Amino acid sequence: MFKLDEIQRRLIAEVAGLHKVPIGAYNFRANSQLAGRNSTANIEISSKDDGSGIDIRIKDGTKNESVHIPVVLSASGIKETVYNDFYIGENCDVVIVAGCGIDNCGNQDSEHDGIHRFFVGKNSKIKYVEKHYGSGDGAGQRILNPVTEVSLNDDSFMEMEMVQIKGVDSTKRVTTAELKAGAKIIVRERLMTHGAQKAFSTYKITLDGENSGADVVSRGVAKEKSYQKLDLCVIGNAPCNGHTECDSIIMDEGKILAVPSLEANHVDAVLFHEAAIGKIAGDQLIKLMTLGLTAQEAEEQIISGFLK
Amino acid sequence: MLELKDIFFSVEGVEIIRGINLTVENNKFVVITGPNGGGKSTLARLIMGIEKPTSGKIILDGQDITNADITERAKLGIGFAFQQPVRFKGIEVFDLLKMAAGGKLTFNKACDYLSAVGLCAQDYINREVNSSLSGGEVKRIEIATILARKTKLSIFDEPEAGIDLWSFKHLIQIFEDMRQNIINSSIIIISHQERILSIADEIIVLADGQIKNRGAAEKILPEIIDTESVIQECEKLKR
Repeated sequence: MFKLDEIQRRLIAEVAGLHKVPIGAYNFRANSQLAGRNSTANIEISSKDDGSGIDIRIKDGTKNESVHIPVVLSASGIKETVYNDFYIGENCDVVIVAGCGIDNCGNQDSEHDGIHRFFVGKNSKIKYVEKHYGSGDGAGQRILNPVTEVSLNDDSFMEMEMVQIKGVDSTKRVTTAELKAGAKIIVRERLMTHGAQKAFSTYKITLDGENSGADVVSRGVAKEKSYQKLDLCVIGNAPCNGHTECDSIIMDEGKILAVPSLEANHVDAVLFHEAAIGKIAGDQLIKLMTLGLTAQEAEEQIISGFLK
Repeated sequence: MLELKDIFFSVEGVEIIRGINLTVENNKFVVITGPNGGGKSTLARLIMGIEKPTSGKIILDGQDITNADITERAKLGIGFAFQQPVRFKGIEVFDLLKMAAGGKLTFNKACDYLSAVGLCAQDYINREVNSSLSGGEVKRIEIATILARKTKLSIFDEPEAGIDLWSFKHLIQIFEDMRQNIINSSIIIISHQERILSIADEIIVLADGQIKNRGAAEKILPEIIDTESVIQECEKLKR
């Protein structure tokens, strides 16, 4: 891959699953610099005039295409805020892979705050994958504060896979979505925190249109002395269906605050929420040990399954 | 071959198992029955290493495994099917079978194990082993994990508990097949079901933490048929 060193390549593989230049549209950003870009006939990526980020414009009817926009930071002390706007036409079916990896071996904090806005056209279908990962053993913190704003037009559909598995010291994730008639959103968030990490994740999904729907599920594992706050809210302003769920495994001295919430402003809004926090069940460990796994291997399997 | 020598087990001063001596030879299908609270499940858990005896010795193929933990016993070839199978969020049926098989498993092989317990692999292999599965389904998957392990000694703790009658008929068939195909291994089943008791090489009646009666099925079954140790098959389902 062009203009990327070994650490940056490893980070790209972690956050975007890429081992070579992808087919389709892409924009690679490394240490605040453009490291590679490709637009296609249907997907145009351009820098914003003020240099604050990129615009991704997807033409009506674009199907079975993908956009990769990974970001990597491998130098200590970088702090950046990037605005990326996605303008998705009507009747599209597209996969968008974002994600940020930070390797910080230095003593200064490294921080990437990505603000992604999605304007999804009528009847379009989007799968959005966002992975965050940190590595490096420096005293400097690895900080990621993603903001995602989604606007779903009539009968559109968005599936969001939001994953933070390892190495991010501090994150404040804020996701909002507004849905028009017939639009649907599915969110699957996976969070694992360890050490002294802190993760705050907030979702506010507003169902404005008739027959709109949301299913927001966050699964988290808080290990060691880490802390997670999950604040998942669904608001129903029309005849709609909404479900929100926080499901967490607590370990060691971890702390978790789960706040699923609902607001109904229409008599035909059908909303429900659930939340569960618990440690790994002893019977689960014993069962896997009876299959020949050690206690530690059993624990790893249970966590990786839970966060799959 | 499994040998239990003078096994005692107590919890907070209460004796649950009181001096059990038992040998289970290779190629034997042994059913342990007896009243509830008699110590059957505890005995099974002692053999698997989930509980440790207060005193006594457990020998597997001549090796003293009394102090071996669950993982070591599993690696020595003991398998255990829980009375209430454990469920996992996110772990799929194929993942569980793969772990049972020691880490490597082909789709075709997984299909064989699932077919053997009457489940179509296509429908189940990617299902999560979570609360979306019925009691009968999760019980059959539990048995499939034992098949995938190719154990020397398999212990089934009340396989009939908590399943519907329809699934139970299939379950009996699975154990009848196991009985037919037993090679260089042995099976211990804790059960009250007459159909399972009737295919045993040996029946052991456990009550108050002690072996009260034991012997060939044709001798023991008539002696216990009208006690709580035996639940007879539903007359209507026999038709």
